[in-house]
Amino acid sequence: MHPQRKKRLKLILFLVIGFGVAVGLLMYSLSQNINLFQTPTQIANGEVPVGRTIRAGGLVVDGSVQRDEEGLAVTFQVTDGAATVPIHYEGILPDLFREGQGIVALGKLDEHGVIQASEVLAKHDENYMPPEVQDALEQAHEDGKQAMQGASATSSSYSISESIKNDGAY
Amino acid sequence: MLTEAYGALSSIPEFGQLALIMAFVVAVFQTVVPLWGVHRNNTLMMAYARPLAAAQALFLLVSLVVLAWCFVVDDFSVTYVATNSNSALPTPFKISAVWGAHEGSLLLWVALLGCWGVAVALFSRSLPLDMLARVLGIMGLISTGFILFTLETSNPFARTLPSVPSEGGDLNPLLQDFGLIVHPPTLYMGYVGLSVVFSFAVAALLGGRLDAAWARWSRPWTTAAWIFLTIGIALGSWWAYYELGWGGWWFWDPVENASLMPWLVATALMHSLAVTEKRGLFKSWTVLLAIIAFSLSLLGTFLVRSGVLTSVHAFASDPERGVFVLALLGICVGGSLLIYALKAPTVASVGRYDWLSRESFLLMNNLLLLVAAFAILLGTLYPLLIDFLGMGKISVGASWFNVMFVPVSVMLTLIIGIGAVSRWKTDQTKRLGRELGLAAVAAPVLGIATPLIVSGELNGQVILGIGIASWLILASLLDVWKKCRGQLQRIPSLSLSFNGMILAHIGVAVTVVGVTMVANYSQEESVRMSVGDSHTLGDYRFEFVEAGQIRGPNYHADAIRFRVYDNDRLIGELMPEKRRYTARGSVMTEAAIDVTLFRDLYVSMGEPLENGAWGMRIQVKPFMRWVWLGTIFMALGGLMAMFDKRYRQPRRSAPSPSAIAEATA
Repeated sequence: MHPQRKKRLKLILFLVIGFGVAVGLLMYSLSQNINLFQTPTQIANGEVPVGRTIRAGGLVVDGSVQRDEEGLAVTFQVTDGAATVPIHYEGILPDLFREGQGIVALGKLDEHGVIQASEVLAKHDENYMPPEVQDALEQAHEDGKQAMQGASATSSSYSISESIKNDGAY
Repeated sequence: MLTEAYGALSSIPEFGQLALIMAFVVAVFQTVVPLWGVHRNNTLMMAYARPLAAAQALFLLVSLVVLAWCFVVDDFSVTYVATNSNSALPTPFKISAVWGAHEGSLLLWVALLGCWGVAVALFSRSLPLDMLARVLGIMGLISTGFILFTLETSNPFARTLPSVPSEGGDLNPLLQDFGLIVHPPTLYMGYVGLSVVFSFAVAALLGGRLDAAWARWSRPWTTAAWIFLTIGIALGSWWAYYELGWGGWWFWDPVENASLMPWLVATALMHSLAVTEKRGLFKSWTVLLAIIAFSLSLLGTFLVRSGVLTSVHAFASDPERGVFVLALLGICVGGSLLIYALKAPTVASVGRYDWLSRESFLLMNNLLLLVAAFAILLGTLYPLLIDFLGMGKISVGASWFNVMFVPVSVMLTLIIGIGAVSRWKTDQTKRLGRELGLAAVAAPVLGIATPLIVSGELNGQVILGIGIASWLILASLLDVWKKCRGQLQRIPSLSLSFNGMILAHIGVAVTVVGVTMVANYSQEESVRMSVGDSHTLGDYRFEFVEAGQIRGPNYHADAIRFRVYDNDRLIGELMPEKRRYTARGSVMTEAAIDVTLFRDLYVSMGEPLENGAWGMRIQVKPFMRWVWLGTIFMALGGLMAMFDKRYRQPRRSAPSPSAIAEATA
């Protein structure tokens, strides 16, 4: 092989390997830093390990919001129509946090099955449903329908999916 | 019957649409005529580039003004107006609502592209005619694609006939703000400005004329686009800070990332162009950067405009817009890379440089900037990819971006300090040591002293942040001191581009100081407060004086009056609001901020609790303003460099015959 070509080949190999290693490291660190979205059903089924940071979301259950007398602590439940999960949070809730509204919480599941949230998100648009929540609700609704053979789908899951359709911004 | 029903409708929106169609036709001509002229070596056809660019811009501006007019007169027969405005909306917001959503943003985007075209036509008297014809032809092609996109998939003038709503849906309250009036146009100016640089690069590739003259033409345009991007990003950050109500100023949100990536590459491009102009090196690299920078602005447009961020599935179920932008992106990137692949091997960079030289440091700066841009790209696209593959819904946390971005910025800041004082071709460690010795000794001292003074205890991040910022400021100042030989009155006689560079680099350091201090010394508490309560945070005491109601033009608000004391001295009153906009019933938090150069006091209302109490978010943010002050310095530095007299000297008054012959060969 021509010496200059050899040199060039070495350089290219070096660049390719360097680039590969860099991308590999980036991807590895990415996989350590992602927060997976989990539906209330998945959490209720015990698919989520305790202590791992996840994002969980659903519709805030009517009448489930309980505030602390003194501070800013608040506990509420979210549902995807099939299962509900309690969430505990201390701090200021977003403007659009309301019962019946779709929200996403970032937090960890504790031993009592409660999500200790460090952040609660509800987008700044009353028409907006977080896409994860939308998917979770539809998924739960589908599962529910299959379980009931489509004959006697519970009215509650219907009303939820209806409300999503009305809320759907897209 | 029909005329009766529609008699009351004005036909003004149709004029807007007609103007847009005309702009499209002119854009097609602007593409075909000059490029064909270059091909046939026909001067007359090439000379059509300028007037066609002007005509295109004129039609686009008419179209934009018509849309603004529809907003001002509340023409709710236009769907876009009906969805994004309301008769109660104050007029300035009606005008800014033009770019409050998808369709109008696109119209603004193409209108600004038209304006850049006119700017090129006006300020390129020194450019050979064939080069100008190519540049404007390529810009015409980009324009053609995007106007077609607007007309086909996102027509802002579409009507809601036959039933015209009597009232509009209102502009998203978040966007009813001064920040939204100025932020998108500035950012778009930056995005679209990169198309000029892109066109210059592709034109130079086509003409086989990647030389110092090409770099000299490209430099002020790159800098101009970069200035707009810089200010646009800073405005976005500032707007998010005061308008979202929780005091964050950067969220690593995909939309923010979409603007930061082209900025990083444009920054690399500016520096690479300097090498190409002064030393004739890095030519193919510079061209590639120009292509990447514009491609990333197009990618940003795709990410923001296709709905792919909201949900990959929403995109998949209504793919018309996304596929169109993706096609435009593919044509732009694919086409330009193809030309690059065909032409770049013939471009030889002549000249050598040592490992220790300004070229090397600028190359390192380029690589680091690209690594940062690439990491952000990966973090932004990764969740989309995972979602697309059906592997779940994930989000990449801000911590990941910080882990990637911060070390790169630290290295970058260190290298700027050395690079700016080093010499072209080759330099000696000894000489650099003499120049920078003082800065190298003083910077760590300042870095260690700062946390001790502020909080009494050492803090690694603060030492590093303040250390590198001091290093950069001292190195820059020492450089000025040396260049003016110790006589400060000589500073104005140094070249504008040198002074601009120094100012911009100091701006980087100022931003680093701001980010370091805010990230490490901010204090934040969420508390429950009612009338008469006081809360102390750091040196400041916040007293809840009274709560009341405010009536705005299109909203009602709960407001709380706070008195703020510095220790026991009253320093002012703050009045945060919780607004409820009547049209859609949407709720908005208006934070109240007390600003000085060294700290922000930030108070925002959470939710009402029982017995008239409120959840309040109170924050003390030291050096917050420095984050944006630094960006102002950078932009001013860029402006100075842009107006350096070098770029104003006409190089050639008319195209030389040899140039044309060479170009058409």
